[in-house]
Amino acid sequence: MSGAQDQVARLLTLVPMVHAHGALSLGEAAEALGVSPDQVLRDLRVLFMCGLPGGLPDDLIDVDIDALEGERGKARPEALIRLGNVSYLARPLRLTPVEASAIGVALQALRLQAEPDTAAIIDRVAAKLAAAAASAPVRITPDPVAPAEPAALGPVRAALESGRQLELVYYVPARDERSVRVVDPHALATFDGQTYLDAWCHAAEGARWFRLDRIEDATVLDSPVTTAAGTGRPGSEGLFGDGDTRTVTLRLGPRAHWVVEYYPVLAQRPVPDDPDDPAQAGRLDVDLEVADPGWLTHLLLRLAPNASVIDPPELDAVFREAAASSLRLYTDPPRTLDPPPTTP
Amino acid sequence: MSASRTERLMNLLIMLLVQRHYLAKERIRELLYPDQGTEAFERMFERDKEALRALGVPIEVGALDAYFDDEVGYRISPAEFALPEIELDAEEASVIGLATRVWGHQRLAHATSEAVRKLRAAGIQTDLAALDIAQPQLGADEPGFDVVWDAVVERREIEFDYRRSAAGSAARRRLQPWGITRYAGRWYVVGHDLDRGERRVFRLSRVQGEVLAVGEPGAFEVPADVDLASVARALVPPRDGEPAVILARTDRALPLRRRATRVETGVPGPDARTGWDRVHLPGTGSLADDVLALGDHVVVEAPASLREEVRARLVAAVGARAGGAP
Repeated sequence: MSGAQDQVARLLTLVPMVHAHGALSLGEAAEALGVSPDQVLRDLRVLFMCGLPGGLPDDLIDVDIDALEGERGKARPEALIRLGNVSYLARPLRLTPVEASAIGVALQALRLQAEPDTAAIIDRVAAKLAAAAASAPVRITPDPVAPAEPAALGPVRAALESGRQLELVYYVPARDERSVRVVDPHALATFDGQTYLDAWCHAAEGARWFRLDRIEDATVLDSPVTTAAGTGRPGSEGLFGDGDTRTVTLRLGPRAHWVVEYYPVLAQRPVPDDPDDPAQAGRLDVDLEVADPGWLTHLLLRLAPNASVIDPPELDAVFREAAASSLRLYTDPPRTLDPPPTTP
Repeated sequence: MSASRTERLMNLLIMLLVQRHYLAKERIRELLYPDQGTEAFERMFERDKEALRALGVPIEVGALDAYFDDEVGYRISPAEFALPEIELDAEEASVIGLATRVWGHQRLAHATSEAVRKLRAAGIQTDLAALDIAQPQLGADEPGFDVVWDAVVERREIEFDYRRSAAGSAARRRLQPWGITRYAGRWYVVGHDLDRGERRVFRLSRVQGEVLAVGEPGAFEVPADVDLASVARALVPPRDGEPAVILARTDRALPLRRRATRVETGVPGPDARTGWDRVHLPGTGSLADDVLALGDHVVVEAPASLREEVRARLVAAVGARAGGAP
């Protein structure tokens, strides 16, 4: 939007604002419009030149500019704005369709989390705004289930703002265990609906992404961060980083194709269908760079039996052994043993 | 900033607003663009009209003469221009104030603030205090989001390349966008697919490249019975199903424990390598993927259908030959 357009938009709001309040100071108007008092004064100087066609003194909008100017033409925020000859602009513009839909969706989002009393108030407001809107209601709805804010967000933000280290209790899915580590927090990022912390991990001595909903506990330490942001490429736990990586080729059945969207695959090749075996149609070979074999086994188990390792074969054997180990727990009938004795 | 352009835009607006009849283009030129040649005038007048319309000023075009429609005129209807009277009590006004904090998307946050400024300018006192409501943050990172939003608002058709599944190739889709809905942090557009002739839902994060708005605004009507809330509910994975009981090794299977309704610690388990806990889970749709991913840290006790599904998938995985049929 151009500067002139912005200025027109402000004037079309400022004039009715002065009308509605009777007496409005330059400072109050500036605050409501989100600009400086000097900008409001510049806007009013332009308004002073506008009015009905004809150019006679009575045709022009009357603005008491002198009262608003202090030394060297600077704005006096406490001075009251007085306007005349401008009754045709006494009402603000209608909401544009985008404005009406933006505030409408915002109200719906508030309603989803509101107590019943408040929800009733929001419904009344939404109905009144809809009645005043220029256009038909637009069908846009926010989340039916608003995701909860991760509990770690508060301490993570506090550490980012103060430049101090964090101690994280972090859940590592690939190993199904909690780990405790000290990190230098550098930035927050969101990707596909998830919030991540970009941090330097002193335990792994590398940059890492930490998914906020997997941080079980975060404590802001007194010690300041010792690394600069952008030190090293952050990797998610297991997929990259930790030194050596190797390229692994997976064969995915159709139910496992989502892997391609979730993880950065290096290459993908469709496997030619075998006309004699239609059950095996739609397979895909993908190359993936893997640092932690534990992470890969975890992924393959989740996909079982719709994925296998083509290369290297020893990783396929690791996965088969993990599956066999799980399978041994499924005896029929279920077998249970007493827990091992605990040391007092 | 061009003060003279602001002045000209304001004067054009005021002139058209105070007219009861359509004002001829030639008359507009005489009064506001007296020094311009024909070509320069045409260009400036077009740009000025567009600038005002973009702000939401409704400039109407009509024939000056009922018998000859070759000469057009312009006006702004005061009733269409002005925000109608809205009465809000103190509680209602405070809700308006909260609405400005919802959007994490820059353009829509700005649009909401503009809307609230107009309401304040109409004399509504929006108080930012009071009302204890959690603050939702609606973001939208999808690159095509703005274009789709505008197309829904203007009822314009859109075109885009879409990947149905991760592995598939992108295909061109043409859509009459009826509405936008969101689930679990992702935005979806619902509409009439012009090539398939049916209602379709598209996830905006799977749109490849740019979304193109094509054709005129108001190109279609949204069927009155379209209920976006029900579409959104259909996107929600089923939350019903039987409660499940899982045995988990001590200190393992944390994601399942987090969802548990009850955990019995120190129960007998299938082996004595570690201690075991019994984890009771509410009905949450299929758990098989999550259970399988935890490997030999967990074993399903109930329901029998889940136990059998997990067992069968493990049997298939163990039995499949390396490099063979997944």
